[in-house]
Amino acid sequence: MIPLNWYLILAAALFSMGLFGVLSRRNAVAILMSVELMLNAVNINLLAFWRYRDPAHPVGMVFAVIVFAVAAAEVAVGLALFIAVYRRFNSVAADEINLLKW
Amino acid sequence: MTAMQIIFLLTAVVTLFSAFRVVTTPNMIHAALWLVTTLVGVAVLYVLLSASFLAVAQVVIYVGAIAILMMFVIMLTRREMRDHGPQIGKQWPWAAVLAVLFFGGVVWMVQSMSLAAAPAAEVPQTAIADLGKALVSPNGFVIPFEVASVLLLAALIGAVYVAWTRRHS
Amino acid sequence: MGILSQPIGVIAEWLRNLLLGWGLSQGLTTVLLYLLGGAVVAILVQTWVIFLIWYERKLIGRIQDRLGPNRVGPYGLLQPFADFIKIMTKEVIVPSGADKPLYFWGPILMDAGVLMLWAVIPLMPMVGMDLNVAALYTIAVGGFATLGILLSGWSSNNKFALVSAIRTVAQMVSYEVPTVLALLIPVLLAGTMSLHGIVEAQHVWYIVFAPLAFVIYFLASVAENGRSPFDLMEAESEIVAGFHIEYSGMVFAIFYVADFLHAFTIGALAAVLFLGGWRGPGAESFPLLGFVYLWIKAFAVYFVGVWVRGTVPRVRVDQLMNFSWKFLTPVALILLVLTAVLDHFVFGLGAWARALSHLLMNVVVAVAVLRYLEHHEKVRASRRQMVAQPGQYPVARPPRPAVAENPTEAAS
Repeated sequence: MIPLNWYLILAAALFSMGLFGVLSRRNAVAILMSVELMLNAVNINLLAFWRYRDPAHPVGMVFAVIVFAVAAAEVAVGLALFIAVYRRFNSVAADEINLLKW
Repeated sequence: MTAMQIIFLLTAVVTLFSAFRVVTTPNMIHAALWLVTTLVGVAVLYVLLSASFLAVAQVVIYVGAIAILMMFVIMLTRREMRDHGPQIGKQWPWAAVLAVLFFGGVVWMVQSMSLAAAPAAEVPQTAIADLGKALVSPNGFVIPFEVASVLLLAALIGAVYVAWTRRHS
Repeated sequence: MGILSQPIGVIAEWLRNLLLGWGLSQGLTTVLLYLLGGAVVAILVQTWVIFLIWYERKLIGRIQDRLGPNRVGPYGLLQPFADFIKIMTKEVIVPSGADKPLYFWGPILMDAGVLMLWAVIPLMPMVGMDLNVAALYTIAVGGFATLGILLSGWSSNNKFALVSAIRTVAQMVSYEVPTVLALLIPVLLAGTMSLHGIVEAQHVWYIVFAPLAFVIYFLASVAENGRSPFDLMEAESEIVAGFHIEYSGMVFAIFYVADFLHAFTIGALAAVLFLGGWRGPGAESFPLLGFVYLWIKAFAVYFVGVWVRGTVPRVRVDQLMNFSWKFLTPVALILLVLTAVLDHFVFGLGAWARALSHLLMNVVVAVAVLRYLEHHEKVRASRRQMVAQPGQYPVARPPRPAVAENPTEAAS
């Protein structure tokens, strides 16, 4: 069978790629995509531990479902904000939206 | 190498490669499509973890709604049809170092734990029914469920309000 | 087990023994048999589209008081073959500036979104995948078709294609909501999301339980497919064929096949969910008979779809959105809640008593909805009348100039 640490290493790799994307991409939508990668990595972790430790209770699945809901809500609000920002600045590049910098 | 391990390795390679392309490709629409491939790969992983309902929910929510919404916004927030300017910021080597350090740290921590090599038990047949009952039963998780519903309602109203076109009066 | 009582089982056993005899391992044999089964279903279903194209053109022709194709072969039966030879020999012109990988992935995703549905449809008793989340899976693969349309609209490097693709995606996403809500009603009544389980629980067909849910599911699925009367986004006279403007030749054929196949698949899904699937006299002992029943039922629903297409004029885009969000979704929600509440009370009764109580509730809801629509229409008509009478209520328009009662009198 598949050992648990394979899933955890895969989730860690996905999370670190998402981390790299958040820190280094310029386009705000690309940053949001990297955040989605991180959330998916977290979900894989949750479900792997649920499956390998306590599959009789649905706790792991409930946690993962709540993470789905939160991710969907965050993407919706984030993208609406990007559209509003684009209307004001005519750009969604993260380094061009710097009015609050001193 | 059992069949399941081969399937896992194939899925892992596809998912990780697509995630790498998400964060490195300069073309935004291609990045969104690589994200779709990553999300479908993660859904396959959920199937391998016997969470079939979550796998299908992942495809419905992420691929069917979130990825499409992201593509819409990419199309709506560009000055011309092509992406212009560098898509990777100036400090990307530091980000790469940080990501590699993080990955190394987590792998070292995982390898130092003694983890199970096989699942503890079988998933019961009534797993989906149990999930449904747990989400709405008072001794279960009804409060997080209701809070998540309120969150989604607030996000819905907020997103519509923020993105509404203001008529210049 | 005889060939008649378990046809697919016998063939699968024979193939498995053949492959094992050639020295392949157990795991590899299983994988190969699954792949072979999937490929066979996909190929057979796509060749069935050839007959569907002929049937639809003949039927639309008859509805429009003409004969339909009747030159190529007896009764025009070879017409689809002529169509496909023509389409295969046409040049695939990729527009300049188009994103080539996306251009070719669009139609593939759209066709995949329909073919994947056939993996979970229960063709015969005890045959095929018994996925325990099959009902939600049908919605999930609809998302791939939506993605395919967006890709093809974007990659064509054409403003009309992009506008049409965005509108089509908005339409498809809007109509997914009533589809899911109406789909939940058979799931609720059967107690399982598995399509095999839903068919096995239908001792009384679910269309007797919930005819309103059947109507909502059918309408929402037809709208999601983009068939007339909801084909604003891809009609020739509206937006010059919409998102498949720049497609010609074989890639257009993929769109065409996906469209027709989706229409038939809607019929098959509606038959499984509401019309009892493979249920019928003698289906349990002769599975092939069950397959025939399913095909007949699916064809009946497809016939209704083509009938609607040939009869009703096209819907405007704001009417389209209003129809989904302001009519289908609230009615489906109310129906779902009432079905759940009613089922809690009548679950223990016999099959027919339960069916008739649900039917009564559906009739009450339908009558209430129709009365509400009538009342709403009266309110709108009275408002229109209010605005049209000059001088009596404050209006933005100036009053119309007085017109002579008898024009000949004024002239002479």
